[in-house]
Parts: sequence; C-alpha cells; structure tokens
Amino acid sequence: MTYFDAAAAAPLHPVARQALLAALDDGWADSGKLYSQARRARQLLDAARATTAEILRVRPDELTFTSGGTEAAHSAVLGGLAGRRRAGERLVHSAIEHSAVLYAASDAGVPVAVDRLGRLDLDAWREAVKGPGVALAALISASHEVGTVQPVAEAAEACAAAGVPLYVDAAQSVGRIPVPDGWSLLTASARKWGGPAGVGLLVIRKGARWRSRYPDGERETCRDLPAMVAAAAALRAVTAEQAAEAARLAPLVDKIRRVVAATVPDVEVVGDPDDRLPHLVTFSCLYVDGEALLHALDRRGFAVSSGSSCTSSTLRPSHVLEAMGVLSHGNVRVSLHRETTEADVDRFLSELPGVVADLRAEAGVVGL
Amino acid sequence: MRETLDCLGQRCPLPVIALARRLPDVPVGVVVRVLADDPAAANDIPAWCRMRGQEYVGTVTVDGAPAYDVRRTH
Repeated sequence: MTYFDAAAAAPLHPVARQALLAALDDGWADSGKLYSQARRARQLLDAARATTAEILRVRPDELTFTSGGTEAAHSAVLGGLAGRRRAGERLVHSAIEHSAVLYAASDAGVPVAVDRLGRLDLDAWREAVKGPGVALAALISASHEVGTVQPVAEAAEACAAAGVPLYVDAAQSVGRIPVPDGWSLLTASARKWGGPAGVGLLVIRKGARWRSRYPDGERETCRDLPAMVAAAAALRAVTAEQAAEAARLAPLVDKIRRVVAATVPDVEVVGDPDDRLPHLVTFSCLYVDGEALLHALDRRGFAVSSGSSCTSSTLRPSHVLEAMGVLSHGNVRVSLHRETTEADVDRFLSELPGVVADLRAEAGVVGL
Repeated sequence: MRETLDCLGQRCPLPVIALARRLPDVPVGVVVRVLADDPAAANDIPAWCRMRGQEYVGTVTVDGAPAYDVRRTH
C-alpha cells in the first residue's frame, strides 16, 4: 500500500516510536507529585517543552501541549476572541482556513477572499483587519488542501498596523518549511510531522491577549506525557531533516504536477505552482466522481484524500476549492512524507491515467 | 432562446456532464439553464465554463431551487 495522505497524518517517525516506548516505561507517573518517579516524568515533560519551544523559536512558557491540532485551533480562536472582547467580536480570516478554525469562528467570522491559485488577497485583508470590532485575525500558513503558501509576513504587518493580533494555523508548515514571525498565536499538530495522534501545540506569545475557556485558566489540556515526549522527539528529527526532505519531495511534487497535466486529459492541477508546500499537490479530473476515484485508487494500492463533495460527510464540496473557483469534483490530494520514494510516485503516475480513463468510460463521458 | 436541463436530485458531476452533453446540440448564442440542487454545482458549472471557454451567465432561483445559466459561445 502506498500512503499519500501525510497532510492528514504522517506515518509515525521511528524516533517518535522509540521515544514513546521509552517514555511509557519512564514517564508514567503524575509529574506534579514529589517523589522520584514524578520528578523523572517532570524532567521528560520539561525537556519535551524546551526542545519544541527552541525549534519554534519561542519561550518554553509560551508553549502548551493540547490534545490535538483541532483542539489547539479551537482554543486559539475562542481564547483569542475572549481575550479581546473589549475590542470587538469579529474574527477576520482567509476563506481557506481549516474547518476547525471556521467552526470555532462561527458567526464571528469575516472571510477574506483568495485568488485562483489559493493565495490571500492582501489588499482585501488590509481593509478587513482595519474594520470595526475586529478582535482577532486568522491565517493558515499554507493551505492544507492545495499547498499554496500564504503571505504570513505581509498579513502580520497589516495586523500590526491595525493593532489586531494574528493567529497562524501552521499545521502543514511546522516540520516542513519555516514560518515567518509577527504572530501572537500559533497552532500545530504532531501527527502532521510524524508524531503521535492526540498532541497539538498552542503558542501564546508573551503579552498576547488570550483567555482560557477552562476553570482556573487552564491552558495545557494534553495529559499524555509519553505522546508529548514522542511528539517533541519527532519534531526535532524532522526539523534536522527538513531542508533535505523539502529538496527531495518538491521535485516529486513538480513531477506529479507536470506528468498529471500531460497524461490525464481534462485535468486541472490547482494551487500555486511555485510558492507552495514541498509535499502536497491537488488536482481535479473533469466528469469523474471523486468517491469512485478514491475507491479505484485504493484498489490499486494508493491512499489519497479528496475535497470532492461526495467524499465528505456533509456532501458539500471543499470550501477551499470553492473559494478558489476551481473544479471540485474528481478531486485528489496527494501528500508525500519521508517514506515516499520516487518509485511510489512513478507507479502512481503510470496507473492514474488508466484509472481515470476507465471511470470516464464507465460513465460514458469520453470525448465530452 | 433558452433551454432547460432538469438535474434536480443529481449529484456532482452528473449536472456538469448533462450540461457538457447538451450544449453542443444548441445553436451558438443560446442559453442552457441547468436546474441543480447539488451544492457542488454552484462551483463546478462556472469552473466548467472557464475550462471550456463557454459563457457562465449567472445563477437564478427557480421554484426555490438553484439554476445556472450557460450560453454557448463557440
């Protein structure tokens, strides 16, 4: 089976597995107690926090572990809005944020458009953050669906000029590409970089306005110490490999973009061709049912994701593809990881044209 | 002149396929109205027009359901 859905969850990094097993033996005690087993757990937790904070270039006391990326995003939005209630209630956000951010924003959201490549409209963003009653702005660092890197530095300047704090959802960037500074809140998700599921990061910069939704101002909601230790170990490992992995995977994504466009008729390869994540590529095949395409690829041994409506529980197409105005049916997202080989990519590229042609023949849409 | 395609109850990509089948049969300049309540149609019919160089005229509501007007330009 060839796994091409690292943007949802990367396979567990071998360093994370080692760290997890060691911490299960060594870090099971309640780290708040006053005996030697507890002190050992505390040491592991402190080291995990220090490692992660150093990689993110923040202070250890600015970093908290949450029980996952979704919870981190909810906490950033809800806590960021609550902390700035006196300034207003609105959340300015790009139209292509992760659904976790949009759900948390609820009625407070003021969406800002993106262009056909999925890149934020900076002029519209500058106007929106200057608007009345804006408590917080949210921008995804790079699109989880199409890979387009967002102009975080410019967006942060606009926010600073307007006196509005910026929250950056860096789930697809941490461990892959550098994230610019200038934000007040940042979140990430360990399973996107090869850490275990159930660990997220929430960074609250010193002086940022943020209010906990929990009693006693609780921030740190992750209680799984071995998983936190494993997440930090994986982050350290992938950060060391980051530049080399980006240099290895980006040409494979280039190859997919080029070969799919050349060998599959009526296909739209979407997202920015240059300013993009190194590991993720998305395309849509005209007249093809996305669910049928995923199943057909699964039968050939490929695990991919899709933004097509028939593959979502809500039967709505991806809001990201909608915001870009690109074809949403027959959509496939391929996301690579450290175990992906060029041979995996070549096998996919050799089988995809036939899979799409068969589905079109079955549907009677050849030549339309 | 206008033709109507009833794709109510059909899931994407079926409304787009129905449009692609019908449009070559109408004279250049004629509008085909696609009745489609699948939420993806609102995105994919304009996207198809862009890919095929046909004119997307706009959306209207017909008897409470969304409809999409497309003019054959070539």
